[in-house]
Amino acid sequence: MSLEIILFIVLGVMGIASGFVTITSKNPVVSAMALVFHFFMLAGLYLNMHAQFMAVLQVLVYAGAIMVLVIFVIMLLNLGDEEKLKEKFSIRTFVAVLFGIVLLIQFVIIFLASSGSNVLKESNIGSVEMIGNELFTNYLFPFEAISLLLLAAIIGSVILAKRKVD
Amino acid sequence: MSEFLWVIIESTIKAVIILTLIMLVYGALGVYLERKISAWIQNRIGPNRVGPFGLLQPFADVLKLFLKEDLVPTAANPTFHRLAPIITLGVAVAVYAVIPFGDYVTIAGRNIQLGLAPNANIAILFVLAMTSVGVYGITLGGWSSNNKYSLLGALRSTAQMISYELSMGLALVGVLMVAGTLSINQIVIQQSNYHWNIIYQPLGFILFLVAAFAETNRAPFDLPEAEPELVGGYNTEYSGMKFGMFFLAEYANMGTSSAIMVLLYFGGWQTLVPGGWFGFEPGSIGLALLQFVSFFIKIEIMVLFFIWVRWSVPRFRYDQLMNLGWKVLLPLAIANVAGTGIVSLLLK
Amino acid sequence: MTLEYIPLVFMLVFGFGIATVFMYLSEILGAKRSTKEKNTTYESGMTPFKTARDRFSVKFYLVAMLFLVFDIEIVFMYPWAVQFKQLGSTGFIAMMLFIVLLLSGYIYVIKKGALKWD
Repeated sequence: MSLEIILFIVLGVMGIASGFVTITSKNPVVSAMALVFHFFMLAGLYLNMHAQFMAVLQVLVYAGAIMVLVIFVIMLLNLGDEEKLKEKFSIRTFVAVLFGIVLLIQFVIIFLASSGSNVLKESNIGSVEMIGNELFTNYLFPFEAISLLLLAAIIGSVILAKRKVD
Repeated sequence: MSEFLWVIIESTIKAVIILTLIMLVYGALGVYLERKISAWIQNRIGPNRVGPFGLLQPFADVLKLFLKEDLVPTAANPTFHRLAPIITLGVAVAVYAVIPFGDYVTIAGRNIQLGLAPNANIAILFVLAMTSVGVYGITLGGWSSNNKYSLLGALRSTAQMISYELSMGLALVGVLMVAGTLSINQIVIQQSNYHWNIIYQPLGFILFLVAAFAETNRAPFDLPEAEPELVGGYNTEYSGMKFGMFFLAEYANMGTSSAIMVLLYFGGWQTLVPGGWFGFEPGSIGLALLQFVSFFIKIEIMVLFFIWVRWSVPRFRYDQLMNLGWKVLLPLAIANVAGTGIVSLLLK
Repeated sequence: MTLEYIPLVFMLVFGFGIATVFMYLSEILGAKRSTKEKNTTYESGMTPFKTARDRFSVKFYLVAMLFLVFDIEIVFMYPWAVQFKQLGSTGFIAMMLFIVLLLSGYIYVIKKGALKWD
């Protein structure tokens, strides 16, 4: 077995385990920290696929920025007793399960369709230089569109928070 | 597989050496210098009992911290109360993986880098990522203590750190535009012959410096532990070595910030005097030592500056702090990026 | 290639390992004279009232949200900065357009007084 395969198995198993803790834990802070750990495992998987830039962004953006926001929300809401949140069978659960099944079927189809030939071979596709070149030549329009999306996010967050401040 | 084993052995040796360096240089020497200099500034004597000139004082402090009673409040969440100092110190140590302490030495035909992974393609972003993860140590420490001072301190600290992270990241963009790489070693190599980046990025350096002060929670940005209002801030409920771990991490982070600034703006391990003066060949142990000493001297000057500022400048008010971060540093940092771009395009 | 990053991961594990050892050492070596009073939460000598886990100002939340957006903006600037010399003026104009759009958002935030601390 090559080093890559061993790393893939170790990181994958630990990632799935932490993901499982995230969704099953009763304590929201435990869930959040398990998710942070999960992101680290994902970053490891990216590194294993030679996508160094993606790996570091996974930590920088997801673990470092988004999860800080999540932790803030948990503290802000002060979810004291999680037992109270236990909800009975509702239409929401039903829809969630439905979507879960659809996603699972999709995964199975993808797995069956791929013959293993489209597995990423050694390349520098994940390097910063590659991403910079692609983003500012072939994908320039999507990139500029992102700025509009981010602008909407800024305005949205201010409106959302301001309603409570005033 | 044998190559893998070799990498692990090499990493273990380097990691142990680096850890010793962190403990001795940043932990012991840093604390000693801080106490001596603060005493000097305040017209006191400072530690002078333990060992010659009080030099052994930090070691006595560590021993004391280990032997102190380890208190965990009944109201606290024990798991996260323990996890918080581990995250803070672990992250502070992990950053040193990408810091090069010198170029390389050739031993038995093998070029050994003076650093764990200084050529990593994403080295500088790894530092930023670790800094942003370090926020959890503080947030969890404050939250799990279930103490009002701790929670307020942690909140302030987190808001402060994430606000200044933006200016830090933008100041970094300026350096990257000049350097064109994310590898720290590559950035240092480009600064040979005294072409230090500070010449091209003076504003960027000042922005980075201010942001670094805020990121390390050092005065004048030490609001998270503003004693008159918040007791000890996020580490109020910590005692023994758990407190010591926060303390050690603070000094390690100060060392890291200094090292990063030296690497990015002051030529890193580029020697202060040309290595040719002593007839050192590239790859020789003599040159490596000279590089290490030069790097060390530059870092210590930065550390001394950190200490000097701490004992000379009063603390900011919280609104002033947030205004400085969001309304002064952020626009300046964006202007720096635009300015760098325009100037280098015009010069081309 | 993967080997290049092994030391990096190794140092992460090593750092957290050392920190864990420190924590357990502190718990084992430290004196153990715990009393009920000693283990109460510190509140300047007063008997602690209520829990500390109270709700706090929405402003911290706003700062975190704005940080997130601007952080993502900066993340897009790294690949551009690295390739800046190769991309030349076209890339520069593209990035300036991106920045100007977000600056308008920034001005909106300032004008709305969302970052005003009082």
